[in-house]
Amino acid sequence: MTGHTRTIRVETLARVEGEGALHIKLHGDRVTDVKLRIFEPPRFFEAFLKGRHFSEAADITARICGICPIAYQMSAVHAMERALGIRIDPAVRMLRRLFYCGEWIESHALHVYMLHAPDFLGYADALEMARDHKAIVEQALRLKKIGNHIVRLLGGREIHPISAVVGGFYKTPTKSVVRELVDDLQWALEISLATVKLVAGFEFPEFEQDYEFVALTHPDEYAVTEGRLVSNRGLNIDAAEYEDHFVEQHLKHSNALHSVVRGRGSYLVGPMARFNLNFDKLPAMAREAAKAAGLAPPVKNPFRSIVVRAVELVFACAEALRIVRDYEPPAKPRVEAVARSGVGQAITEAPRGILYHRYALDEHGLILAAKIVPPTSQNQKRIEDDLREFAAQMASWPIEDATLKCEQAIRNYDPCISCATHFLRLEVEHE
Amino acid sequence: MNSESKRKPRIGIFKFASCDGCQLSLLDAEDELLAVAGAVEIAYFPEASRAMLNGPYDIALVEGSITTHHDAERIQHVRRQSKMLVTIGVCATSGGIQALRNWKDVTEFIRVVYATPAFISTLKSSTPIAEHVPVDFELRGCPINKYQLIELISAALAGRKPNIPTYSVCLECKRRGNVCVAVARGTACMGPVTQAGCGAICPAFDRGCYGCFGPMESANTASLTSQMRVLGQSDAEISRAFRSFSAWAWQFRKASEESEHV
Repeated sequence: MTGHTRTIRVETLARVEGEGALHIKLHGDRVTDVKLRIFEPPRFFEAFLKGRHFSEAADITARICGICPIAYQMSAVHAMERALGIRIDPAVRMLRRLFYCGEWIESHALHVYMLHAPDFLGYADALEMARDHKAIVEQALRLKKIGNHIVRLLGGREIHPISAVVGGFYKTPTKSVVRELVDDLQWALEISLATVKLVAGFEFPEFEQDYEFVALTHPDEYAVTEGRLVSNRGLNIDAAEYEDHFVEQHLKHSNALHSVVRGRGSYLVGPMARFNLNFDKLPAMAREAAKAAGLAPPVKNPFRSIVVRAVELVFACAEALRIVRDYEPPAKPRVEAVARSGVGQAITEAPRGILYHRYALDEHGLILAAKIVPPTSQNQKRIEDDLREFAAQMASWPIEDATLKCEQAIRNYDPCISCATHFLRLEVEHE
Repeated sequence: MNSESKRKPRIGIFKFASCDGCQLSLLDAEDELLAVAGAVEIAYFPEASRAMLNGPYDIALVEGSITTHHDAERIQHVRRQSKMLVTIGVCATSGGIQALRNWKDVTEFIRVVYATPAFISTLKSSTPIAEHVPVDFELRGCPINKYQLIELISAALAGRKPNIPTYSVCLECKRRGNVCVAVARGTACMGPVTQAGCGAICPAFDRGCYGCFGPMESANTASLTSQMRVLGQSDAEISRAFRSFSAWAWQFRKASEESEHV
């Protein structure tokens, strides 16, 4: 077939959140160009946040993403609290962690079972998969529902919950209502352990890369809502220093901004980064499950991210269970937030990786400037780098197989392309 | 033709400028999803499936607003292929939060977000689907209520009108037994002018409704505006309250502009 020019188009890459296209150019077995194009229409959140009140940012930025609204709400309120000099009640902090665990459970269950597993098992989607594996899909839906139930209990609804506010929550739940989650979470924990075993049995392509992993780290816990930002290449900074070390590039082929580590290039955020940098902070049960599944840090094969995500499901269920059992309602649902001028930055761990927010406020508490760096724009360059390496291995493969594998390589990152989907058009062009 | 006496209705789910949350509501209907999938043929749902079948579709569920030339053309194509077109969520029904650009110079917006504005192609405004093509039914909410979505699909399959109330959040609040946050605490609340559907969750969490289901049909925004002033809200605050997730819906648009110019 060498010497032939082949152009293959797959109209849509599905089971990701966002509108984009992939374009790979091959010359012989050499990859000459990889472009992950994003044509998800721009919505200009940072621009219209200007002039809004600090109390509105959590609800407005949640609308960037229907899949991970809590991540946006948490980064927003933490950044505002920093700008306003607010310290939250430790009980509120725990409740936020529980809230976030709910989103991790919901989002990871969705991705592991409904978006990623069909690649490994050879189905178009989870509904088709349900015809042969009904019990597994039903289990997945129940697991997802338990994550959603936590979010609904603390936030009123699953998507764009309404309870998060600068200083705490509008209202916090009673002890008895929270304790009712125990039975469900015990079941969820069992199923998460079974999930690790299940996905560890999938077949993974031999493919390892030398990544710069970037994640939050915290001395006492598996970092989710706060911590220092570290990497395996010596980065160790506070959220306030983020923009000194990371820079966003705007490329012609994409409506999303590419983020790179200044002076080094692409990096990886999300489950694999967290697992590799914070393995010792995982609960013993999650570490054991990982070991039994043959995972030890550093995991460098992105196709194994599905197993790492399952290990994080174990963490999120165990952590939620711990918080639920220990829960005592805070004395007050929130600390009163008083307007003043200032700047605040925060980073939290969205299910797909770190999410950075910065706000500058005037003395009336109105937003002067906002900056938001979502996880997928941080992973985007890394996805392209993976594809560049990976596509070269597949130069001689039948196009259909190569295409499917490239899609799968993108789904390794659980990309949330500005929270939308569709039209990841894959064009593999052989020169 | 296959041997089945009755073909399953084909559903397509289409996305324009939005957050994906409304179509995610279908996947969030964990107890109903497999039943829905059994009753219909989900022919086009890229968020969930690689299998994408061409139209025509019996029902198109459309999420998101129109913000690019490309999307303005694409919605025409979706309409032509679809027997019934239902818009889901306030982006599709009123332009969404991204319609805040409609009061600004979009080139300025592009400069705020992107380093190289020349790479960005976008329309000056974010507009609801109904400004571009005829729409058969609008399901409100940011996000939509998943039970309303299931009701809508069930009704469409049965050939009946969906039971979606058009009264205000106040009625849901009373039914839920909430204490009125506006009367009892003096909290500004959009409930009286906002369409029901959420279940009055904000007042249940001790905060005022922020209008994410958009205006009810006969919204008396002038009365609410004067009540908000009584509660001590400034014109800027009132204008911002109307100018959020359904800002471009005409009732809220008008109210926000009136407060702005007082």
